[in-house]
Amino acid sequence: MSAAPQKAKAGAEKIAVTVSAVVPLNDLVTRFEFKRTDGAEFPPFSAGAHTVVEMQDGDRTRLNPYSLMSDPADRSIYAISVRRDDQGRGGSLFMHQKVKVGDAMTLTYPVNLFSLDLRAKKHVFFAGGIGITPFKAMIAQLEQSNGNWELHYACRTPALGTYADELTNAYPNKVHVYYDDQNQVIPLEDLLDGQPLGTHVYVCGPTGMIDWVHATAAAHGWPSENVHSEEFLAPQPGKPFEVRLCQSDITIQVGEHESLLEAMERCGVDAPFLCRGGACGQCETDVVEAEGDFVHRDHWLDDEDHASGKKIMPCVSRFVGKTLVLDR
Amino acid sequence: MTIQFNNETFRDDYSFRNSDWAIKRFPFPFHEDSYMYSVNMEQHRGGPEGSVYEKRFDVDEHYLSEMQDRAIVLAEDPLRCQSLPHMTLAGWDTLELIMVSKSEDYPELFELHRDGNRWRWVNKPMKIDHTFTFLDETTLPCGPLEYITRQTQGDFAVLDQRDEMLWMDAGMVTTQADWSLDFDIGMNFFEWHAPVPLAHEMGIFKRALKFLLNVQQGAPARRLNWTMTVNPLLDTSPENYHKWGIQKTTLTPENIGAKQHLRVELQTFFRLPRSNALLFPIRCYLIAFQDIVTVPKWGRRLHRVVRDLPEELATYKGFIANRPVMLDYLSQYDDGLPTSPGVWPDLETEPPLAK
Amino acid sequence: MSKFQFPESIASRPVYGTLEPRPGKAHLMIADAEGAEAILELASQDAALMAKTHIIYIPKGTDFSEKLRALKPAQFYEGPSYDASVQRIQKVLGDAHMGLQVYLAGTEGLMGQAMNEAVSAGIPASAIQTEHRGSVARRMQCVHCKGITEDVVTDPFVCSHCGLNLFVRDHYSRRLAAFQGVCIDAEDPGNVPEPVELYK
Ligand code: HEM
Ligand code: FES
Repeated sequence: MSAAPQKAKAGAEKIAVTVSAVVPLNDLVTRFEFKRTDGAEFPPFSAGAHTVVEMQDGDRTRLNPYSLMSDPADRSIYAISVRRDDQGRGGSLFMHQKVKVGDAMTLTYPVNLFSLDLRAKKHVFFAGGIGITPFKAMIAQLEQSNGNWELHYACRTPALGTYADELTNAYPNKVHVYYDDQNQVIPLEDLLDGQPLGTHVYVCGPTGMIDWVHATAAAHGWPSENVHSEEFLAPQPGKPFEVRLCQSDITIQVGEHESLLEAMERCGVDAPFLCRGGACGQCETDVVEAEGDFVHRDHWLDDEDHASGKKIMPCVSRFVGKTLVLDR
Repeated sequence: MTIQFNNETFRDDYSFRNSDWAIKRFPFPFHEDSYMYSVNMEQHRGGPEGSVYEKRFDVDEHYLSEMQDRAIVLAEDPLRCQSLPHMTLAGWDTLELIMVSKSEDYPELFELHRDGNRWRWVNKPMKIDHTFTFLDETTLPCGPLEYITRQTQGDFAVLDQRDEMLWMDAGMVTTQADWSLDFDIGMNFFEWHAPVPLAHEMGIFKRALKFLLNVQQGAPARRLNWTMTVNPLLDTSPENYHKWGIQKTTLTPENIGAKQHLRVELQTFFRLPRSNALLFPIRCYLIAFQDIVTVPKWGRRLHRVVRDLPEELATYKGFIANRPVMLDYLSQYDDGLPTSPGVWPDLETEPPLAK
Repeated sequence: MSKFQFPESIASRPVYGTLEPRPGKAHLMIADAEGAEAILELASQDAALMAKTHIIYIPKGTDFSEKLRALKPAQFYEGPSYDASVQRIQKVLGDAHMGLQVYLAGTEGLMGQAMNEAVSAGIPASAIQTEHRGSVARRMQCVHCKGITEDVVTDPFVCSHCGLNLFVRDHYSRRLAAFQGVCIDAEDPGNVPEPVELYK
């Protein structure tokens, strides 16, 4: 129809915010709270949603996704909790070291790739470490609608148990915490056994934990539709490589510490994205020509796509080899 | 501008009429002289002033009469509005989206006053002034989806999003192009589209689904669809087909200009924030052939589209039997001159009919 | 021969497979008529299965019951009709736990209705196994009066509730467990073609 042709901008809509609180929770994790700079209310969001935080680090723009962990019913703030990753690419270090109350930042509108199945007769949450954040919002949402839930939360030590005390105090019968240093382990098999039909399981944490929950549930006859997971992959550093973008008609260099998507953006290419973590499928790009090996790290393409060498997800995946030409 | 609401019917004596204003702003669906299914989606962020694309939920001169027609349909068949139990939150999302949009876009017609969860909604054309508690069903006379869509033109499908799929788990459907909510409720995107010819094979639904799964909060989208209806009958439902089907056989060369209507659906897509569901409003606009041909460009183009439409599509859209009599009529308004690209009437720049 | 190869069809029509044993602590098998044969074949693949199995069977005039009983399932129920068995099916599903495996075999009408109960209880449709056996009769909903006509074997047919002449539209609703019947002579009243046997 084209009533008013506009080119869609990549990414979700943006919101200008001011940092309203920086709350260190323990040695590794800090909570950041934001208010809208225009004084208006934030859009409502569904528990499990994330926002992409835009960080102006000198002349470098960093975009990192974080789960929204504030109460979805509270439209006065958005909050995220960030775990410091000393080995990472610097986004979390920037948040921890540079961001102060009063700073102006930009968030995207919420995007949900990890939503509750509202048909569930019961919700069972499995969190590992900083994977607790989406469950904070889910618990708040379910408490308002009298939802049936329980949480099993594995942390390294009591000192690093982000929100563990707060949650245990608020919901002593629903929250179960397991500390690695006390050799406590989530009794997964027992927990999967005997859940009523229509129970849904959600897991957020390290890759190993996610795989463990999926595999154990499958072995106990659980349908895959009843097991939900979210894992944000941070793009991994890797050897620099060169890419030709044939639609844009330019050749660009991808540096060691930036993703292919970031390199395209740095060179002024408006490439699509949402999650920047290999989960949403938005950045899927066709490969025109390739001589070398792909390092696929996304959760979006299936094994067949990966093997075909015809597609790549530039937000997390890389390439090692002589020639790579993309349809972008 | 203030809208003069018509007092008209979409049944029995069919007193429905489009004013000159409504004709000029009609969402003519053909941007070129031929038509085939495509993934024709674009952003829904306004459009030219006065056009049906300008506001999030267009209100026009047919508002009150359409709402009366909906009330008649629901009284006869309450199954036209259904919501599976897990869709109540999406119903509140829908209510919030429409109340906020309409009160911002048409402040002279609608008001929303919010004090925490205590909401007062004023719908001046329908003479409603109601205070209720947001998210508390007991404070509304019916479910939130039914409540707000009894006050909003167009049909509504509410899609739950799970497992990389959309599920039609709620809706209000009284102005549909021959499909049944009662039959389709609970189906997924591919299932409810099953009867559509050619588009599956063309890969259209696969790509369309991918697009829809990624429609985000604050970034709605839209597309147009169209079909043909004899008499300005809004409720062309399968439920009542045994009653209205016979009307399709009443066309004559004398009455076709007044009786045959082009039926256009402005379909929009909104991500709902609290439930993460997708709202799919389907707004139906009707126009008589005799009114379309007052715009020379549209008359020329409609003739060419109807003439060249693949047989499968004409059959699916239910006018294959009437196509010859339509073409006899429309060919009078096609002088063979070229048409300008795009959907707009271009009254100032397109030549008058040279016949 | 109780197996039938359905012609290629549209996306809303269920596709039936062949039952196979799956891991699970409990197994529920619901079958009618020749569906029993599919269960007998399933049982022959895994000797341990029956000790954890509850069979609900509606013979519809066939005589497979003794053979099924001889499998020594943990629980066996023979019902006179599907309708008479629904409450029992609902109770079994209501008491069941995640990990329950559901197997359906027999006519489309039985599988569709039992599938619906299992989905309402919280099992996704894709995790429920089905195998068609026996009659190819269809369960039809009249889109006009909403009445269901069971065991339709011709097209067109007469709605058993409102009496309209309906044609069999190849569109299927899982929630209703039925195909759609639409008035065939709406545009030409009285012109009803001779009924033809389905799939002929
Ligand atoms: C999620 C929102 C949507 C809903 C709820 C929806 C629903 C429907 C329904 C109920 C029908 C009638 C099928 C029948 O004959 O029973 C239909 C037809 C159709 N739909 Fe959709 N649809 C949606 C989105 C789309 C999109 C994004 C496309 C994009 C290409 C599309 C393309 C079509 C086409 C081509 C037809 C045939 C229409 C005709 O020829 O008149 N639909 N849709
Ligand atoms: S941006 Fe989401 S997969 Fe790449």
